[in-house]
Amino acid sequence: MARHVVARASEIPPGARKLVQVNGRGVVVFNIKGEFFALSDQCPHKGASLSGGKLTGLVESGEPGAYNYSRAGEIVRCPWHGWEFDIRTGRSYCDPRRMRLMQFNVTVEPGANLVEGPYVAETFKVAVEDNYVVVEA
Amino acid sequence: MSGDWVGAIDCDMHPRVPNIAALRAHMSEYWSDTVELRGIEGFDTIAYPANAPLTVRPDWREGKPRPDEHAAGYAKAMLDPHKFGLAICNCLYAVQIIRDEYMAAAFATAVNAWVKTEWLDKDARLRASIVVPAQNPELAVEEIERWAPDSRFVQILFLVGGEQPLGQSRFWPIYRAAEKHGLTIGIHAGSNYLHAVTGSGWPSYYLEDYAAQSLAFHTQLGSLISEGVFVKFPKLKAVLIESGVTWIAPYLWRLTKFWRGVRNEVPWIDRSPLEFVRDHIRLTIQPFDAPAAGVEISRLMDLMQSDEMLLFASDFPHWQFDGDAMLPAGIDASLRKKILIDNPLAAYPRLGGRHAT
Repeated sequence: MARHVVARASEIPPGARKLVQVNGRGVVVFNIKGEFFALSDQCPHKGASLSGGKLTGLVESGEPGAYNYSRAGEIVRCPWHGWEFDIRTGRSYCDPRRMRLMQFNVTVEPGANLVEGPYVAETFKVAVEDNYVVVEA
Repeated sequence: MSGDWVGAIDCDMHPRVPNIAALRAHMSEYWSDTVELRGIEGFDTIAYPANAPLTVRPDWREGKPRPDEHAAGYAKAMLDPHKFGLAICNCLYAVQIIRDEYMAAAFATAVNAWVKTEWLDKDARLRASIVVPAQNPELAVEEIERWAPDSRFVQILFLVGGEQPLGQSRFWPIYRAAEKHGLTIGIHAGSNYLHAVTGSGWPSYYLEDYAAQSLAFHTQLGSLISEGVFVKFPKLKAVLIESGVTWIAPYLWRLTKFWRGVRNEVPWIDRSPLEFVRDHIRLTIQPFDAPAAGVEISRLMDLMQSDEMLLFASDFPHWQFDGDAMLPAGIDASLRKKILIDNPLAAYPRLGGRHAT
């Protein structure tokens, strides 16, 4: 397990997402209201890139005609077939047990900490005064 | 082989109203006179043309009255020789095609009274479906309330082909009444023919018409699930009668696949359509569509992840089988008992009830 510096935190403002490569694999990093989440970018259904999916909320219902909408912006819908994934857990709505995205630990670290290493940051110059998104994989 | 049927519950047999006089006897004076005055000879549809081979098996056409026209005829043909325990009468007299809702209601009442008098009261092994004027759900509920006190009525009968998909809220008063009384919803092949029987217009031949019935069952199953009928009425069970059975697995693959993509359109469907089907839908086993070489019925059970969905039915007097080959091949003794007895008892809460007199 290595720690990968994948982006400047300022590149992924709240509501945004960024597709990065970690160990040669696509990982999509989401920022939900300042919290970062990193998930495998590949939909387990047919392999579409989830980084291209629309964000939505969770709609639940106790009976026909009732729409309880919560957690706006915390669900990503696959751009190909519309499957919904909970960004906080990686689990699909329709088959949460079997159809889920791999999750990665993600943190935001000040550049000053990163100078110490060990980190994998081939594509970055780390500046002491910035914050960075770090994915463990 | 006859011992193999002991106690079986025949979940689909069809009493035939022999003539209009049989119904007039159960009508109010106004409606009885109206039938005479207007020269109404009766209501029948092209669903089962009188001389089509399927409509009545050759040996059941013999006799006057015909075996399907009186309780003793059915008893002699089926109940007695096979020692069935119970049988559910689904009278297909076509009240559904009558445009005048009040006349439809009057005919439905007459049909139900005829079934009670000439069938239920004549043989203690018989049960029946309530025929309703679904054209007007309020009148349908009145009809249900009329017969619900008699626990020998165990089901509410719809035709699969109607004006609107059956899941729509217009029909919910009927389901509310059904749930209240422990009545099962029965959806039988046939149509009121206000729409073409296919989604692409009228076919030319009877062959196509009968084969297309399963397409209407697709529509009704999709509607009942999508509209949330089983969310709203969680105790409700629906039986798909004379549907052909095996179409259901591929349709559920399709329904479930697209539900995964657009489920936020129907958020009350919070689990796979297959789960709703397992909990709420049952199918009668005649006819059973399978390849000529036979099918491993266990494979269908695997696909449905349930061995509780199939209900025994003869579909008497329709010609679905010869002799007593009433079940498809490949059913072992324990599954046979479930299909013949246990599953019907579970599908129809009222079968366990006592007679109301």
